[in-house]
Amino acid sequence: MRRFLSLGLLCLMLLGTAVSAQAQSSSSTPDDQAALALLTALDVDSYRDKGEAIAAILQSDDERARDWLQALLDGRLQRTDDGRFVLVLENRGRDWPVADALTNEPLGEMSRRDLDRIGINNALRNQLRSAIAVVDLYSPNVERRRTSADRLLGEVDGELAETLAPVIADAEDEYVRTRLAQAVAIYRAEQGEMAGVEALTGSLHPRARVALGRAANSDDPIVADAAATALTGIEQQLKINRGLETLYFGLSLGSVLVLAAIGLAITFGVMGVINMAHGELMMLGAYTTWMMQQLLPGQPGLALILSIPAGFMVAALVGIAIERGVIQFLKGRPLETLLATFGISLILQQLVRTVISPLNRTVVTPEWMSGSLVINDALSLTLNRMFVLGFALVVFAALMLIMRRTRLGLEVRAVTQNRAMARSMGIRATRVDIMTFALGSGVAGLAGVALSQLTNVGPNLGQNYIIDSFMVVVFGGVGNLWGTLVAGLSLGVINQVLEPWAGAVLAKIIVLVFIILFIQKRPRGLFPQKGRAAEG
Amino acid sequence: MMTQATSSQFWLTRPFGERATQTFLGVLFAALLLVTVLHLAVPQGHPLHVNAYTVNLFGKYLSYALLAVAVDLVWGYLGILSLGHGAFFAIGGYAMGMYLMRQIGDRGTYGHPVLPDFMVFLNWDSLPWYWHGFDMAWFAFAMVLLAPGLLALVFGFLAFRSRVTGVYLSIITQALTFALMLAFFRNEMGFGGNNGLTDFRELLGFNLRSDATRLGLFIATGVALALGYILCRAIVTSKLGRVCVATRDAEARTRFIGYRVERFQLFVFVVSAMLAGLAGALYVPQVGIINPSEFSPLFSIEIVLWVALGGRATLYGAVIGAILVNYAKTIFTGIMPDAWLFALGALFVLVTVLLPKGVAGLLGHLKRRKEDDHPPKEAAA
Repeated sequence: MRRFLSLGLLCLMLLGTAVSAQAQSSSSTPDDQAALALLTALDVDSYRDKGEAIAAILQSDDERARDWLQALLDGRLQRTDDGRFVLVLENRGRDWPVADALTNEPLGEMSRRDLDRIGINNALRNQLRSAIAVVDLYSPNVERRRTSADRLLGEVDGELAETLAPVIADAEDEYVRTRLAQAVAIYRAEQGEMAGVEALTGSLHPRARVALGRAANSDDPIVADAAATALTGIEQQLKINRGLETLYFGLSLGSVLVLAAIGLAITFGVMGVINMAHGELMMLGAYTTWMMQQLLPGQPGLALILSIPAGFMVAALVGIAIERGVIQFLKGRPLETLLATFGISLILQQLVRTVISPLNRTVVTPEWMSGSLVINDALSLTLNRMFVLGFALVVFAALMLIMRRTRLGLEVRAVTQNRAMARSMGIRATRVDIMTFALGSGVAGLAGVALSQLTNVGPNLGQNYIIDSFMVVVFGGVGNLWGTLVAGLSLGVINQVLEPWAGAVLAKIIVLVFIILFIQKRPRGLFPQKGRAAEG
Repeated sequence: MMTQATSSQFWLTRPFGERATQTFLGVLFAALLLVTVLHLAVPQGHPLHVNAYTVNLFGKYLSYALLAVAVDLVWGYLGILSLGHGAFFAIGGYAMGMYLMRQIGDRGTYGHPVLPDFMVFLNWDSLPWYWHGFDMAWFAFAMVLLAPGLLALVFGFLAFRSRVTGVYLSIITQALTFALMLAFFRNEMGFGGNNGLTDFRELLGFNLRSDATRLGLFIATGVALALGYILCRAIVTSKLGRVCVATRDAEARTRFIGYRVERFQLFVFVVSAMLAGLAGALYVPQVGIINPSEFSPLFSIEIVLWVALGGRATLYGAVIGAILVNYAKTIFTGIMPDAWLFALGALFVLVTVLLPKGVAGLLGHLKRRKEDDHPPKEAAA
């Protein structure tokens, strides 16, 4: 109980002194003797005495208090043989770099044998966490205030709840205010108070659910009832949020499938050519990203942006080489083309294995793409997936524009519909073939760039997608970009919906079987081509 | 290639009248005899001695050759490029593996009288229903043919009925074997998961680790290959075979003439799947293991390469291709394993672009050139 009193006191004092204490620069060191005494008090055997010493540190308005407490919590506050106190800066090997706890001056490296750690137990650890969180509530840094408010959820007890009341009233930041109110409400609900239960209604935080669960077992039937109702509501909310999350993951997976399949849809649709090396073109795009990041160390974001055109170019050039080198000799023999491009895929894979490495390479996710968008306590959307989803849609839109609005698109459509007629109208079909193949391959490269942000980049990257992409093309209907989009996204969502109750592998099998059966009903896919083109 | 077979002959014996079949069978039996003699009669250490390891290796090649014949039957004569024949091969292999597993009895590591080791390991207390009966050889051998046949029947019925052909069919067959691979990797399927079935001891009472059994399996595989070849040859020279070739070359026209194309396709597809299953069943006791990697799409597409290299629609070309590629694989993976995939990839490209008729086509070309130089007497007749 005592420590909470002191915490309360501290808070009151800090309210007044926080600003001034922060305003003072660290150059002035108020009474090092007193500070040393505070630290020395920690160096005792009894945990009870240590607890009091921690309280004393908090009461002193020493601005280094937070660092000390944090170091103590992390086990980095240590005593040297000659009675000085140091902060271990890095815990590695035999010799640790240390800094003086009082002056914060680096003292070079010390052998771990010369240092004595100040031990703590679990009770002290909890005390320290709450204490640091409370200290942080006054930090000028908003982020720090928010994290500390987050940390207090479920950690509040009677004394602290009262201490927090004025803090909540004064808090400028909306987020901090609601979080702290929630933290107090959790405490109140656990105590079986109606106000707490009411305040927690609709909260999705797991700690709130735990508190309500306890309140539902309360002796007071009214409170128990209210808590049970609140819990049902929350469960409902959670279900919706889980559904949204599944949808998001499904769309994310779907966007990858769309990216992988759309290039294939173009080459297959126009030339009737199954390019089994399509997955390997994706792999090349992913490796281009990796290469770019190696060339521009320390700038992963810039490298990623530059690898979008670079990945496109690399894959497109390789695609042209494949078209000129092999496919043009196999006109009108789709099955042979399939085999030949499969051979190319083997060669490309082995090439990467030999030249780069058979092991996976890591591509760094730039800072602006990592992290997640927090919608509420139960739902947060990872940013990298969102970027890939957006990227897929942009690529799709661009391809749509190319197909609908440019001369190339017009020619491509003409050749797709009737090659002989298009040629007699003066369209150079061979040139269209090359351009289409380059375009489709380039899009595969783009897919690879995007994929490098989601999965490991390795020689087998493409192999995993080739069957799936074909399924998407076949499902959507050959030669129809909209079909590919719809098919890709829906297959992604179906896969994610099935996964929780069937497991990842079984979900995949079910989807494959589903497509095999679907082809029975609609052999030409969701959006079949009509008229003569369908005879292909 | 087609010799003038008199239609009065019984369809199964008709192939014996063909020059190509006679040559093929002659070469095959000569090879079987030669290997047997060199293995048994030539003392060990003699440079001409063929050791048990090599006999076993040849046996493996022959089972691959039978598989290639099965693929050539559907691809060469029906125009169906199946990228999933590895699945039928593996299922036949699993049927044989289940029989061999049951033969282990209580000699497994855990010594359970009925359950195979992996089931004891997974804490299963009874045999899954589909494992019953595999302790009887006749049942297991029937399953070697029936299980792949049934899968082909169901799959083919669905596919051919809705007229899925060409690259669509190829991709669907690939998806089929891919799905099966994923399924067999699961422990819950009851086929040993990752590790598959292994640690076999005896087949019909013969110790699988003895040299005599290996030689016996080698000869049995050779005989099976001969029988499979004759069966396929009989099918393709029959009237039914002519309809198949017509379907291959112009499916719509054949249908318009009045043939129920999908029935012919289904029949030949099922026969081919059964042959593939038989090949798998002969393969498993010789290599001593069956695991889900036989389902991998790469393996299935490799089979197609054997056929393409040997020469499509010749049957004996498939045998040549299977043996050539696998021999090369053994050599390459021994000397420089990294180069094998390069070589395989290059083979795919070169064969399809430069050798569309395969080695058989090349042989035929050489023969024709020779005949042009010295026109044979019977050519005038």
